Amino acid sequence: MRFFWAFLVGGGLCVIGQLLIDLTALTPARILVLFVVSGVALSALGWYEPLADFAGAGATVPLLGFGHLLAQGVLSAVERHGLLGALTGGFSAAAGGIAASLVCGVLASLAARSKDQC
Amino acid sequence: MKISKEEYDKLSRQVSPKSKLWTDCLWAFFVGGTICLIGEGLRAFYQTRGFILTDASALASVTLVVLSAILTSLGWYQKIASKAGAGTLVPITGFANAVVSPAIEYRVEGLVTGVGAKMFVIAGPVIVWGMMASVVWGVIYYFLRPMLGG
Amino acid sequence: MNRRCGKTLFFDQPPSVLGFAAVGGKRESEGPLADGFDLLETDTTFGEKSWERSESKMQALCAELTLQKSGVAAEELDLLFSGDLENQCTASNYTLRDLAVPFVGLYNACATMAEGLALAGCFVAGGLAKRAMAMTSSHFCAAERQFRFPLEYGGKRTPTSQWTATAAGGVVLGESGGPPYVRAVTFGQVTDYGIKDINNMGAAMAPAAVSTLLTFLRDSGEKTENFDRIFTGDLGMVGSALMEELCRREGIVLTNHDDCGLLLYDRGKQEVGAGGSGAGCSASVLCSHILPELRAGRMRRVLFIATGALMSPTTTLQKESIPGIAHLVLLESER
Repeated sequence: MRFFWAFLVGGGLCVIGQLLIDLTALTPARILVLFVVSGVALSALGWYEPLADFAGAGATVPLLGFGHLLAQGVLSAVERHGLLGALTGGFSAAAGGIAASLVCGVLASLAARSKDQC
Repeated sequence: MKISKEEYDKLSRQVSPKSKLWTDCLWAFFVGGTICLIGEGLRAFYQTRGFILTDASALASVTLVVLSAILTSLGWYQKIASKAGAGTLVPITGFANAVVSPAIEYRVEGLVTGVGAKMFVIAGPVIVWGMMASVVWGVIYYFLRPMLGG
Repeated sequence: MNRRCGKTLFFDQPPSVLGFAAVGGKRESEGPLADGFDLLETDTTFGEKSWERSESKMQALCAELTLQKSGVAAEELDLLFSGDLENQCTASNYTLRDLAVPFVGLYNACATMAEGLALAGCFVAGGLAKRAMAMTSSHFCAAERQFRFPLEYGGKRTPTSQWTATAAGGVVLGESGGPPYVRAVTFGQVTDYGIKDINNMGAAMAPAAVSTLLTFLRDSGEKTENFDRIFTGDLGMVGSALMEELCRREGIVLTNHDDCGLLLYDRGKQEVGAGGSGAGCSASVLCSHILPELRAGRMRRVLFIATGALMSPTTTLQKESIPGIAHLVLLESER
C-alpha cells in the first residue's frame, strides 16, 4: 500500500509542477524555488509530516521534501543548540543530497563529455 | 504598421500553440510517480538491510542522485525530460541533473573556473532560498518555543 | 547610377553571385533540403574539443567551399562580412585568423546573412570592392550553452520555441559574372512590439519582417505578387502566421511566402518546435535552396528577408522586451 501512495502522491506533486509550467509564466527555476520554500513552510506548519508518514518517498523525493528536510533539521538543531541551530540545522540535514550531487558532478565532469541533442 | 502593441500581444497569444496540458500532465505523473516509487523501493531495501528509517531515506536519496548523474552523463536524462517535463524536474533526480549537467558542460572552461564556478548555476537558487527559508523558520521557532511550552 | 529611394538602395549594375556554399550538421542532413548542401557532417563536434571551436571549424569549411565554388582565391577578396551568434562573434573571429582577408564582423542575430549580403552588395555595386563575401554560421550546441542551458540539462521545450540550426552559408559577390544578381537592398529598422518570451522569437521578429517588407514595397512601387517567392528567415510557424496576419491587416494577401525556419526541417518528423532558427538557418537555406533555384532559372525574382531577435541572456533576465530586425535583399536571375 505504501508503494501505491508513494507513486500517487509523488506523481501528483509533479503534476502540480507541470500545471505551474504550462499555465503560468513561471520558469522552471522559479518553480523549484517555490517548491522548496513551500516545503519549508508546510513543514513548519506541521502539515508535511503526516504526508511523509503516509506516502513515504512520494513525499520526500520531490523537492517539497527537500524543504521539509531543511525545516526538520532546523527544528531539531534549535532544540539542541538554541539560536545557533537556526544557522546549522538546514545545511546539516541537506548535506547528504547536496554533497552527493556535488561529488557526482565533479566525477561526471571528468568522465562525460557534452553531447549534441540531435 | 497600424497594429498597437496591445493588439499584437493578443494576436500573438492567439496564434501561438499552447502546451498539450493533458499529455504533459500524464507524462509528469507517470515519470514523477515512477521515480518516487523507485525511491520508496530503495528505502524499503535499505530498511531491510538494518538501516533506521531516516538513514534509509537519506541513502535512497543519494542512490537516486547517483542514478540521475549516470543517466545525465549518458545524455539520457535530457531525453526523458524532454517528454516528462516536471516529472523529471520536481524529484531530487532533477536537482542532481541540474548540478551534474553544468559540471559536464562547462568542463572545457576549466576545473575551477568552469566546473567549480558553474556547477550550481541552475541549482544554486534552490539552495539559497531553501536555506533562507529554513533559517527564518529556525529563528521563528526559537522565539516561539517558550510560548509553545517547550 | 545607383539610386536611393526612401530607405531602399537600388543597384543599376547589380553585383553578381559568383558562388555560394552551405554546410550543415546532423539534423540538417535529415531535413528536406539535405540534397542542396555542399557538406553535411553528422559528427557535429567537427572533430573539435569545444562547441565554439566546432562552429569555427564549420565556418572555415564553409568559407573554403564557397571560395572554391566561386573560383576566387582568398587573396582576391576585398572584403569579408561575417557574423554568428556567439558572444563577441568569436566563431567568425577565430575562423578569420586563418584567412588573410579584410574582415568586417557583424552581429544582427539570425538576420546577419541578409545584413552581410546587403553590405557586400553595396560595396561591390558602389565600386569599393571588386569581390566581397558574406558568411554566417550558428551551432545548436554553442547557442544552447550560451543562451539557454547545458546540453545535458533536462528541460522541456515549449511548443513555440525554435531549434537553432547547426549550419553555415557563404556567398561571394563580384562586379561581373553569371546569375543570380543582387538588385536592391533595404536595411530594416529595429522594431519592438513588446514580446518578452524568449521561447517565442518568431512572434518577436514578425513585426520587423513586415515593417521592412512594407518599406521596400513603398520605396519600389512593387507588389508582392511580382515575386516568385518571398522568403523570410527564421520566423518559424508562429512568426509566419503572425506575419501573414499583419500583412493582411495592411491590405496585403501573402500567397507566395516561405520561411527558412520551416524549409530547413520537416516539422512533422523532426522535433524542432516551431521551426529552425539561428544565423546559419537562413544562410544555409539561401545557399542550398534559394540561390540554386535562381541560378537554374526556376525562380526569377525573390525577396530574401532575414529576421533577427536582438536580445541577450542578460537583457532577458532584466525583463526587457525583444527587439527585432529584418533586412531585405532583392535577388534576380536576370541582369
